[in-house]
Amino acid sequence: MNLGALLPSAIDGLLLGCVYGLAAMGLTLIFGVTRVVNLAHGPVIAMGMFVVLAVASGAGLNPYIGVLLAAVVGLAAGVVIYVVAVDRVINAPELTTLLATFAVNLIIIGTATTLLTTSPRAVDVDLGALRAGNVTVMGTHVVAVVIAVAAAGALYAFLFRTRLGKSVRAVAADRAAAELMGINSRRMLALAFGLGTALAMTAGALLATMFSFNVLSGGTYETKSFVIVVLGGLGNPTGALIGGLVIGLLEGVTAVVIPVSWVPVIEYAVFVLILLVRPRGLLGSRQ
Amino acid sequence: MRGMRITAAVAAAVLVLAACGSGTTSGPKTLKIGFTASQTGAQELTSKRQVEGIKLWADQVAKAGGIKLKDGTVLTPQLVSYDDESKTDRVQALYTKLINDDKVDFLLSPYSSGLIKAAAVVGEQNGKIMVTAGGADDATMEQGFTSIYQLYTPGSKYLTGAIDLMLAMDPTVKTIAIVNEKDAFSTGVAAAAKPYAESKGLTVVLNEGYDSGTTDFAPLVNKIAAAAPDAILGGGHFQDGQTFAKAVFDKQVAARFVALLVAPPEPTFSAIGAAALGIVGPSQWEQSVKYDATTAAAAGATWYGPAVADFVTAYQTAYGAAPSYHSVGGYAAGLVLEKAIEDAGSIDAAAVRKALDALNLMTLFGQTQFSTDTKTHGKQTAHQMVYVQWQAAGDGLASQVVWPVAVRTAPILPRQ
Amino acid sequence: MRATLHGLHGLPRPFLPVLLLIVAVVAALPLVTGNPSLREELFFMLLLVTLATSVNVITGYTGYVSFGHIVFFGLGGYGAFWSMQVLGVHFLVAAALGVIPAVLVAVIVGGAVLRLRGAYFALATLGILEATKAFMTNFEPAGGAVGLSFNFSVYANYGGAKSAAEMAYVFMALVALGAITASYLVRHSKFGLALMTIREDQDAAVILGIDPARTKVAAFVISAVFPALAGAAFFFKNGIIEPGSAFDLTRSIESLVIVVLGGIGTVAGPVIGAAAYEWLRGFLITNPALASFQLTIAGVLLLVVVLFATSGLVGVIRSRVPRARGWLE
Repeated sequence: MNLGALLPSAIDGLLLGCVYGLAAMGLTLIFGVTRVVNLAHGPVIAMGMFVVLAVASGAGLNPYIGVLLAAVVGLAAGVVIYVVAVDRVINAPELTTLLATFAVNLIIIGTATTLLTTSPRAVDVDLGALRAGNVTVMGTHVVAVVIAVAAAGALYAFLFRTRLGKSVRAVAADRAAAELMGINSRRMLALAFGLGTALAMTAGALLATMFSFNVLSGGTYETKSFVIVVLGGLGNPTGALIGGLVIGLLEGVTAVVIPVSWVPVIEYAVFVLILLVRPRGLLGSRQ
Repeated sequence: MRGMRITAAVAAAVLVLAACGSGTTSGPKTLKIGFTASQTGAQELTSKRQVEGIKLWADQVAKAGGIKLKDGTVLTPQLVSYDDESKTDRVQALYTKLINDDKVDFLLSPYSSGLIKAAAVVGEQNGKIMVTAGGADDATMEQGFTSIYQLYTPGSKYLTGAIDLMLAMDPTVKTIAIVNEKDAFSTGVAAAAKPYAESKGLTVVLNEGYDSGTTDFAPLVNKIAAAAPDAILGGGHFQDGQTFAKAVFDKQVAARFVALLVAPPEPTFSAIGAAALGIVGPSQWEQSVKYDATTAAAAGATWYGPAVADFVTAYQTAYGAAPSYHSVGGYAAGLVLEKAIEDAGSIDAAAVRKALDALNLMTLFGQTQFSTDTKTHGKQTAHQMVYVQWQAAGDGLASQVVWPVAVRTAPILPRQ
Repeated sequence: MRATLHGLHGLPRPFLPVLLLIVAVVAALPLVTGNPSLREELFFMLLLVTLATSVNVITGYTGYVSFGHIVFFGLGGYGAFWSMQVLGVHFLVAAALGVIPAVLVAVIVGGAVLRLRGAYFALATLGILEATKAFMTNFEPAGGAVGLSFNFSVYANYGGAKSAAEMAYVFMALVALGAITASYLVRHSKFGLALMTIREDQDAAVILGIDPARTKVAAFVISAVFPALAGAAFFFKNGIIEPGSAFDLTRSIESLVIVVLGGIGTVAGPVIGAAAYEWLRGFLITNPALASFQLTIAGVLLLVVVLFATSGLVGVIRSRVPRARGWLE
């Protein structure tokens, strides 16, 4: 064991945790408003990655334009997914919505595998690196954190400062009451699905600027998002962001003291434990 | 897809010919050869190269009029393959299908040791001969198989040779980190490298595995940086190897020597630019290494098949890219099978098995000879590995053969 | 529910024997014809029948979506494989030993997570699956990420590789028949009624004197045993076990898809679903025009079933063929 890696790994973990958190925010927002665990979360993250690839390698533009575009495409894609696959079964038992979103997962993965193959891809973004002592922070990571935080802030501004955002929150709190207040709840549900998908795709887009990826890469981040979402409390976006930081830090720090490959064991054990001890999450309200 | 269609057309033509020529023992016949390819999943890139090699071989044989046996029979290879999705249970289901439904005459292997191990069980269960490329695992070939033949130099030699090379370059290297992908092949390679390194007086300061599919190497590389080894040995397959090399570069880890499995000999490895500089990799084949009738004679082997240069040109024409050792492995698997069938004079399994056992062949892939010991039957005993290093060449990078000294195109350089 | 009432009030219909007979006859085909390829395909289908029938007990009857149910398949496989390789016991003994870790996890972990409801339970089972997979990937006594593989000579003890594969197949068929029988018996017992009461309203179940915790754990254990046995057979036949194929989330979801496709909460549903699913996959893979869109088509079909045919194939048959109602449970 060599503690020299502690500081650099903690910093790396926290930076990456912000992006994990952003992806998880998308998942948790969808659950909070629609009560649907979105099993198409992983493929949606991967779609974000490919938007960046198309913009950077396909069109030869700045990859960060791709990040912005991913958010827009995500909003639209989320609304479409809601209308096509979820709306009809929104009040059905969990299994139905789980399988409906899983069907969307199959459709996206199947089509993407056929059209894009599962070849490894990479978007080469070189923003240099900040170095101090034994700490090296990649420029792409710093920019990703800034964008992730900005996106989270924008979501909050929307949910708390705009009429539309307040309607979304009203539907999340009590769908029937919101209907009585004259809010079109289906529209809000679709909007929430769109926003959640936009966040997930933005996170995917940011990941594409940092790591190599392929059509199936969303899977890892999907399961990570589940862990984070539970940690922060299902349906709690702030919790997801903080949960992301916690998981990022945990990954970085535990890897220093135990073999790297054991980190997921710790991660999932914590996940199950939290569900058992505090199913509302570390930040969730006590019940 | 076009390749498949052409193969199908050739096959159809052959079937028509076969129908016309029926009634006699000689004349054209189809030689059905089955294998699976990883069109999706972890092994996709390298599997694709291997399949390209196999297809080129089959196309060339068909173009040259087929394999001519002594009794006048002419065999035209017909390839039958399915996508195994890089999954072992798919491999087993598909090899069963190839053997029983498609009734293939011989098997070639999928790519990667894990998948080959799965395919070998099915092949052996059905007594079908399988020539494997793309699999170097030692353990697979130590199970007392009777019908599985391995072309690649076994994995235990991959990094031991790199250690020799490293110490020849710089005898002051004292500490090393061994970091490998946690799959059958890489784990086996690392397990063989560790005691060898220690026997050479080296201290292993870090020895860890990482999961297949890892893309974020920061935690591992931070650990390596903290342990500050003189050299790093390890890796796994293509994608992780390339990403790992980039992370080591980005984090400015100051190891003097870095050797990684599988990835460096692939021409596209240099896509990571300066991060590739100085990286060493074991290779089953490099086009600069000469194999011909002269080297065959020196090794006491029979020379067979096209010259290296002719193969490289044909491959370039067919696929628009330079072949890597994975491509040549696929091609050579076909070639070795072809030679064994010629020697046997038939496609009878027992006769071909006998011919393969007796083989001592030199092809454009190098020397091939199989163990006939019952415990390690079919394991490769003669093929030699070389080591490449990415070095600066003008504005860009070039992969140079640096070891063994006799065949090198450039001396090894310490990594900056 | 209506079908059950039919069953109770009408004459007892030989539904179970007929279903078992059909499955047994189909399963015997490859043994009679000696076609190993058909045997491979049917092995896989019987495996799916077992997995889907089992998960139906906890998800269909009891209403708890067990997302990581494949964990029992993997545990059974590892338990049996390890027993054969390290303890050197016969396959049948090993298969029985493989059930132990599965039941332990079902009782201990299941007892804890079955307190959770809805999405929380589903996510917890996913966590258990991923945690187990990650653990086995690192657990060197079980081969770690590389897993375990037989020396080929092991099969000599069973009269060669070929007869070993046949033995595994027969075993698999018996496990599937056992799972179907268990599912039927549960469905028609007081215990099954308790499960369905819990599904509809857990609080009401308590008032009716049902102990939900014990009842649910019992159902979970039943649904864990058969996948564990199936895992033993599957990996014995393959000769290799590794964490990726033992704890495959996709296969876990696949069994839920089959349940819904066939008809959730019914006895015949998972069987019909598995047959339809395997047939469809075989059709898609071998059809050159559709092969590359295999997953997409599967996704679209799943979506159609989930959105428009929630009672699955069994529901469709029942509504089209009224006479089948009493026969198809």
